[in-house]
Amino acid sequence: MEEKKISEMEEEVVATAQTLEGAETEVSQPTEEDLHGENLTDRVKVLSPMATVMKRFFRSKLSIVGLVVIIALFLFSFVGPWFSQWYDGGGRSLVDQTPRVSVDEVAITYIVENADGTKEKFTTYEIVMTENSHFVKGDISWKHLLGTNERGEDIFTNLMLGGRVSLTIGFVVVILQTLLGVLLGGLAGYFGGWVDQLIMRICDILYCIPTLPIMLILSAIFNEVNTVWKLYYMMGILCLIGWAGTARLVRGQILSLREQDFMLAAKASGLSTFSKIFKHLMPNVMPQLIVTMTLGLGQIILTEATLGFLGIGAPLGTPTWGAMIEYANDTAYLEGYPNFWLPAGVCITAAILAFNFVGDGLRDAFDPKMKR
Amino acid sequence: MVKYIIKRILISLLILLGVSIFLYFLVRLMPVNYIRDQYYATHGQSDSSEEELYRFLQMYGLHDNSFGGIISGYWGWLTKVFHGDFGKSFIDNQPVGQKIFNNMGVSFSISFVSLILQMIIAIPLGIKSACNQYGKLDYTVTVLTMIGMSFPTFFFGSIVIKIFAVDLGWFEVGGLHTATLPKNATWFESTVDLLWHMVMPMFVLVILSIGSLMRYTRTNTLEVLNADYIRTARAKGLSEKTVVYKHVFRNTLIPLVTTLAGTLPGLFGGAMITETMFDLPGIGSLAYTALTKGDIPFIMAYNMFLAVLTVIGVLLSDLMYAVVDPRVKLGK
Repeated sequence: MEEKKISEMEEEVVATAQTLEGAETEVSQPTEEDLHGENLTDRVKVLSPMATVMKRFFRSKLSIVGLVVIIALFLFSFVGPWFSQWYDGGGRSLVDQTPRVSVDEVAITYIVENADGTKEKFTTYEIVMTENSHFVKGDISWKHLLGTNERGEDIFTNLMLGGRVSLTIGFVVVILQTLLGVLLGGLAGYFGGWVDQLIMRICDILYCIPTLPIMLILSAIFNEVNTVWKLYYMMGILCLIGWAGTARLVRGQILSLREQDFMLAAKASGLSTFSKIFKHLMPNVMPQLIVTMTLGLGQIILTEATLGFLGIGAPLGTPTWGAMIEYANDTAYLEGYPNFWLPAGVCITAAILAFNFVGDGLRDAFDPKMKR
Repeated sequence: MVKYIIKRILISLLILLGVSIFLYFLVRLMPVNYIRDQYYATHGQSDSSEEELYRFLQMYGLHDNSFGGIISGYWGWLTKVFHGDFGKSFIDNQPVGQKIFNNMGVSFSISFVSLILQMIIAIPLGIKSACNQYGKLDYTVTVLTMIGMSFPTFFFGSIVIKIFAVDLGWFEVGGLHTATLPKNATWFESTVDLLWHMVMPMFVLVILSIGSLMRYTRTNTLEVLNADYIRTARAKGLSEKTVVYKHVFRNTLIPLVTTLAGTLPGLFGGAMITETMFDLPGIGSLAYTALTKGDIPFIMAYNMFLAVLTVIGVLLSDLMYAVVDPRVKLGK
């Protein structure tokens, strides 16, 4: 206990010893050897800002958990399928050709009003047996870890492949959104005047536009596209309306940064506007950007999943996490076949949670005011 | 102050105009075939329905899908809106404004009650966990709220329905009342029935949105705890209780009140996914139907309604900031 207290105190000293550049000096624990005639300077090493951030990031357990989950999900989706016997080498699971008789229970509920005004509820159950040439709606077994879907495809393999689409979409959309936001926010903040007014008013307009209704309208617009490309188009348009938040952030940062001395120095050295914005201002905005991007990743995956659930993203049964959770919308699957939708939901939640953990950890790590 | 408010309102009107242009063009990009199919799907296809649809489209200037046609259609829509007419729904031929107004109550009461519940749970939790920063309680609460924040509404809703309605059979999904509720049920019976139906949607709404409010409270409390006047209060020898409940709590409320004031208008807009899942007759589920059926007048009115609520919310939270905190002066 005593030792722990001392080390905590030392860390606080370390935090106050931060220089303007954000470099941190680290005092290593004095060991037996150190105590015998060595200089203090030997025990102090200077950490670069990046190393400081990394060190702080890995100090938080939640960030590590998040990072591990993200890496695990990536391995699961991008490497996992190669170990599955049902992987067709492309983007889908193979169909198990074993014939199987599937039994479905269909419940129909109706309400009858009696003569005296009271109402009664009846439920009839219909048992439907279908002989299929494929292994349809198979149970969980060693052969099919999560059973098979209504086309006889292995759900576990589809889950892994779905991760590829969902995670890739998340990264691509976030990167495009951020690029747009940085570009427009940077222009607004740097030039000010009418450029700023124009871009900020567009931001205000985009801020007032609700995402979900827009997605439903887009779904109607792309109604005739019946492949996974519909999802790609919709996410593409999401990029076009989703940059406002980033732009605001970048603009605000630049407004305060451009008044600082190093920008005066940059101006005095006669640098071009481009290099002033992108070489000198942007690196200072990076910390906040990285945090927003990480948290944004979770949001994009959530949006994709929501589209899937509402049945307006990729067509039903396409291997994406969103499209797989659409089964939960159907009472029969919701009640009788949790193996169709539950795993996808767990993956989505895990991914969002992990990105939230990492984003939070990064925010704390970048924050110079945080000391712990 | 008055000058500032007037300026903000004028800018807001400009923004709303921009929103309406954007929305109108987007809505008009919907293929006419789609609208026709959806119209027939609801009304049944016959010769008269085709005529009726054409009459509808012409009435709203939707028959001409060229660029000029869209612009004149937009102009028609805008002039009607200034006369307070949002048109009639394609689905049931009712005035859209009336429809939104009638269903606003359900959405608002659900969201409002859930907001109150959230506040009751989240604010004390947030303050508690900030006071024990990095303690056991703080970690547990942080992890739990993060999990709550990460759960997609529909997934959590599905699990809740699956467990509590299907497997355990405690609650019934769908609507505000049980379908078998007799007509001559007393007021007490129907209220109990209503509350019974509200348990699951409320649970979903509260659990999922508690996280952000709690974390917000926690961050703000931490900031207040580091302030000089708290050190002064402690130095005076006040008890920890007085410091936390009198000095910290009151100052934490400043940002909270402003954000909550900002969310207030949004409560009228309804929760689309929750309402659709639990089949509640609020604006959210109505809008979902309208959006999937290509009901253009309703879609326009609903989205504009949401935009107005957002604009009012932002304005309200800025104004509240000046009202609650005398140190803040609006202007410029």
